[in-house]
Formats: sequence, structure tokens, C-alpha cells
Amino acid sequence: MKYVWPIFKREFTAYFATPLAYVFIVIFLFAMGAFTFYVGHFYDNGIADLSVFFGFHPWLYLFLVPAISMRLWAEERRNGTMELLLTLPIPVWASVVGKHLAAWAFTGIALLLTFPIWLTVNFLGQPDNGVILASYVGSFLMAGGYLAIGSCISATTNNQVIAFVVSVVACFLFTVSGAPMVLDFFHAWAPLPLIDAISSFSFLTHFTSITAGVIDLRDVVFFVSLIALFLATNVVIVDLKKSA
Amino acid sequence: MIEIEGLTKRFGTVAAVSGLSLKVGKGEVLGFLGPNGAGKSTTMKMVTGYLTPTEGRIRVCGHDVETSTIGAQAAIGYLPEGAPAYGDMTARQFLTFIAEVRGFFGAEAKARVATAVEKTELAPVLDQTIETLSKGFKRRVGLAQAILHDPPVLIMDEPTDGLDPNQKHSVRTLIRNMAAQKAIIVSTHLLEEVEAICTRAVIIDRGTIVADGTPSQLLARSRYHNAVTLALPDHEVAAAEKGLKALAAVAGIEKNSSDDNIIRLTIFPKSGALLIEAVGAMAIKENWTVKEMYAEPGRLDEVFRAITTRDTDRVKAARA
Repeated sequence: MKYVWPIFKREFTAYFATPLAYVFIVIFLFAMGAFTFYVGHFYDNGIADLSVFFGFHPWLYLFLVPAISMRLWAEERRNGTMELLLTLPIPVWASVVGKHLAAWAFTGIALLLTFPIWLTVNFLGQPDNGVILASYVGSFLMAGGYLAIGSCISATTNNQVIAFVVSVVACFLFTVSGAPMVLDFFHAWAPLPLIDAISSFSFLTHFTSITAGVIDLRDVVFFVSLIALFLATNVVIVDLKKSA
Repeated sequence: MIEIEGLTKRFGTVAAVSGLSLKVGKGEVLGFLGPNGAGKSTTMKMVTGYLTPTEGRIRVCGHDVETSTIGAQAAIGYLPEGAPAYGDMTARQFLTFIAEVRGFFGAEAKARVATAVEKTELAPVLDQTIETLSKGFKRRVGLAQAILHDPPVLIMDEPTDGLDPNQKHSVRTLIRNMAAQKAIIVSTHLLEEVEAICTRAVIIDRGTIVADGTPSQLLARSRYHNAVTLALPDHEVAAAEKGLKALAAVAGIEKNSSDDNIIRLTIFPKSGALLIEAVGAMAIKENWTVKEMYAEPGRLDEVFRAITTRDTDRVKAARA
């Protein structure tokens, strides 16, 4: 913890030292609103819940989260600060975890700032606030998952654009791996356990089950272990690059 | 305090460092010299744990860099090439971050930052973001970062690069003042820096050590070591040349003409011989109009060039 804290603090304040944080938050909130009200027809549905709102989260994260994660390591490499960071007396895992937690906390703030929509729906009707809370938790966990994937990919390159594009593609695959479009491709030849495995990697499947109102331990374990897996890979990538 | 044994680093098939061994003790300031691409920075990156060696081992204050990386890194202050720092932070924020990473918090962190700032004269720019600083200040931020925890081992990759003469002088004074308590490695292209601050100079070329000694030992290898330069009016030169050639200790004479009908003769001694007294005596005896006369300690740049190019020629010959 004593290793992680300074890294977390530095990374977290770095978001607010540049316009990045403000630009991101404004676009995030604007996009959330636009999708919910115009694409999702929030008012026309006449139902006091936020399922429409949360339904767009995976798709927005798909583009917005890689925009945050792309700089995590690629920027350090490009600026030469990687050399500084890796020669300070802290283990690589602490840097990896600190960076991820900072990015995660930042997206958490962006997510919390969507609270007006929660106020709106409570003003208009009597929604099930338990479900909404569960959905927020699920959305936050999912953001952590996307961030871990993006951070891991950012560590492989010194080019932020490459990190962004590859992360979007990787996150897309994880999002839709439960969708018929993907599974149909495997149905013809793959054995059933493999298809089940692929579909169980889908963010969509796990997130949808949480937004139904039940925080199932399996879904939480899925996101947490996915984050752990990608961060561990991130550590390995950083270490491998040292001996390259 | 620093022990390097058989250090080798290969990038693909290219060996950047091959079989380098070196020991640096407390109180030594080792000047690390070599042409660009000789492996200076690569060696420093391995000592500080940024790159993993292909072969060989490094111990810093008893910690093996590969197995006890954190322990070794805690004992090292490192200024990487170009003094990288987080540009969006102010100098104060950055140094506080470094202090916290190195395990100092609260009042102690503040005190450490204050001391480092004082030593590197950073006070006027402390609350500016690093990206807005001039090259000289940026370099000093990097330096402050490296000495913040008062490390027993200090490794600096071109610490005075980009500094103006006054700043260079103050950085060198800083290094000299710390020298007695620490083992210091400084890489540089500036040979005058070696003479100014180093107790030992190591020249490396293509990944191996080609010379290792005190600056004066290296100077003694120079053709100019103990050579005497004598400036005379041109009508006296022919006679003087004749007389000097007759001296037993003289190996050769070079002539350089300058303005005002003055000619400079550089008289080279046979190895080990001292010339200045003999030349002086002759000048008095022959009643020459001596405009200038001085003995040279040797020229480090010439030694450097002789060592590193001779080596290149050898390789060319081997390939042919």
C-alpha cells in the first residue's frame, strides 16, 4: 500500500492538471444524456427506471475508456519517464495497480456525476433504487474491466493512437463475445463447453445480469478476476520489455 | 559500492555492452566516457535496474540488482539521460512525489525536498510546471530528484548537458561536495568535466572498457604530455629548431605559425622525459626573444580520439 499510494495520487491529480479530465467528463455526461434521451427515448418509454441509461454504458465505455487507458503506459514510454518510474524503488505491480486504481477512480467520478438522471427518475416516478444502485456498481466494475484491458495494451506500445485502436477492438470483443453474432461463428464447429466459455467472457452478459437488480457473486468474481488477470499480464509485459 | 561483473547486453544480435567489469568504491567519482553508442547509457540503465542484462551481474551496496532490485534502487540516485520528469507537475509536486515514493512523508518529505531544492538552486521555479522550465532548470529538477534521498550511490547520465557555464560550474561544485561520501558515476562527452570533477576516468568503446585510470594517468598517454610550446619571432625559428633538435630528450617538433610574425613550436619529448627545463635553459643561453613558453599536461580529447579510433581501425582491419 505504501508503494501504491504515491503512484495513485500522482496519476489521479495528473488527470486534473490537464484539460483531459474536464473534457472527458463533459463528453461522457453529454454522451450519456444524448443516448439516453434521444436514442433511448427515455421519456417515451414511460417507465421509471434507468435500464435504458445503463443499457448504453457498455457501448460508451467501449470508446471512452480506451481514451483514458491509452496514455497510462504509452505516454510514459514516449516521454522517457518510464525510465524514471522503473528505477524508483517500487515494484512494478505497485505502479500497475496505482495507475489502474487512479484511472478507475476517475471514471468512478465521471459515473457519479450522472446523478442528475437518478434525481430525474426519482422525481418522475418511484423507481427501484436498489436496482439502480446495483447497476451503478455493475457499471463501475465493468469500467474497471475495460480499463485493465486498456492498460495492459497501453504497456505494449509507445504510441497512444495504436493503444487506443487496439484497446477499442479488444474491448469490443469482450463486450460482444456473448452476442449471437459471435457465437454463431463458433456454433458450427466448436464444442459446447468452448462456446459456453466464450459467451461467459462477455461483459454484456455479466453486466445485464447485474442491471437486472441482482449482484450475483459470480458476476463480481468475473470482473474482479478479469481485472486481476489483465493487470498481472500488464506487469509481465512491463517486465519483459526490460529484458528486450 | 558498485560491483559489475561480466556485464553483457545484447539487443537482438547487436551487443551494446559486452563483458564489462567494473568496481566503484566510496569517494570515487568515475567519469564514464565513450563515443555515442559505446554502451554508456545502456550500462547505466542496467545498473539502475531499468534494463535486465543478458549476462553478468551487478551489485549495488550489497544488493544484487536482478534479485534484490528494490534494495539496490533504494540505494541509488539516478539522473537518466535527458532528465525525464512529469511535465504536467510543478517542480514542487514532482519532488514531493519522488520523496513519497522513496518513503518520506509529511514533514520529512518537506525537509528533503527543501534540502534538494537548496542544493540545486531551484527555488525560483518551484511552483512552475516542469514543461514550462528551461533546459537548465529541467536538468536541475532531475538532479534534485536524484539526490533527494541522499543516496550512497549516484548515477548521472550527462548531468551538465544543456547547462550554461555558470550552471555547469555549480553542478560540478555540487558533485565535488558530495563526492567524499558517495560512489558516483557520471557519463559525459565533456572532457574538461572529467578533469574538473573525476577521480577516475573509464573510456568504453563498443561495449568494452578500453582505458581505465585517473585523469592524469590518461593525460600521460597523450602525445602532448610534457610537450613544450614555445612562441618565437620568425627570424629566430630556424636557429632555434636546429638547436632544439640537438637535445637528447626531443622526439620531434611541430610548427604552427600565427599572426604578427610569431611562430609556435611544439616540442615533443621522448617518452617520460621532462623538457621544459632544458628548453628554458637553452632559451636563456641563446638569448631568444621568447613570447610564450609552457609545458602541456596532455590533451584528454586527443587521448580519447586515439583510443577510440584506433580501436575502430582495428575492427576495420579485422573485417578486411
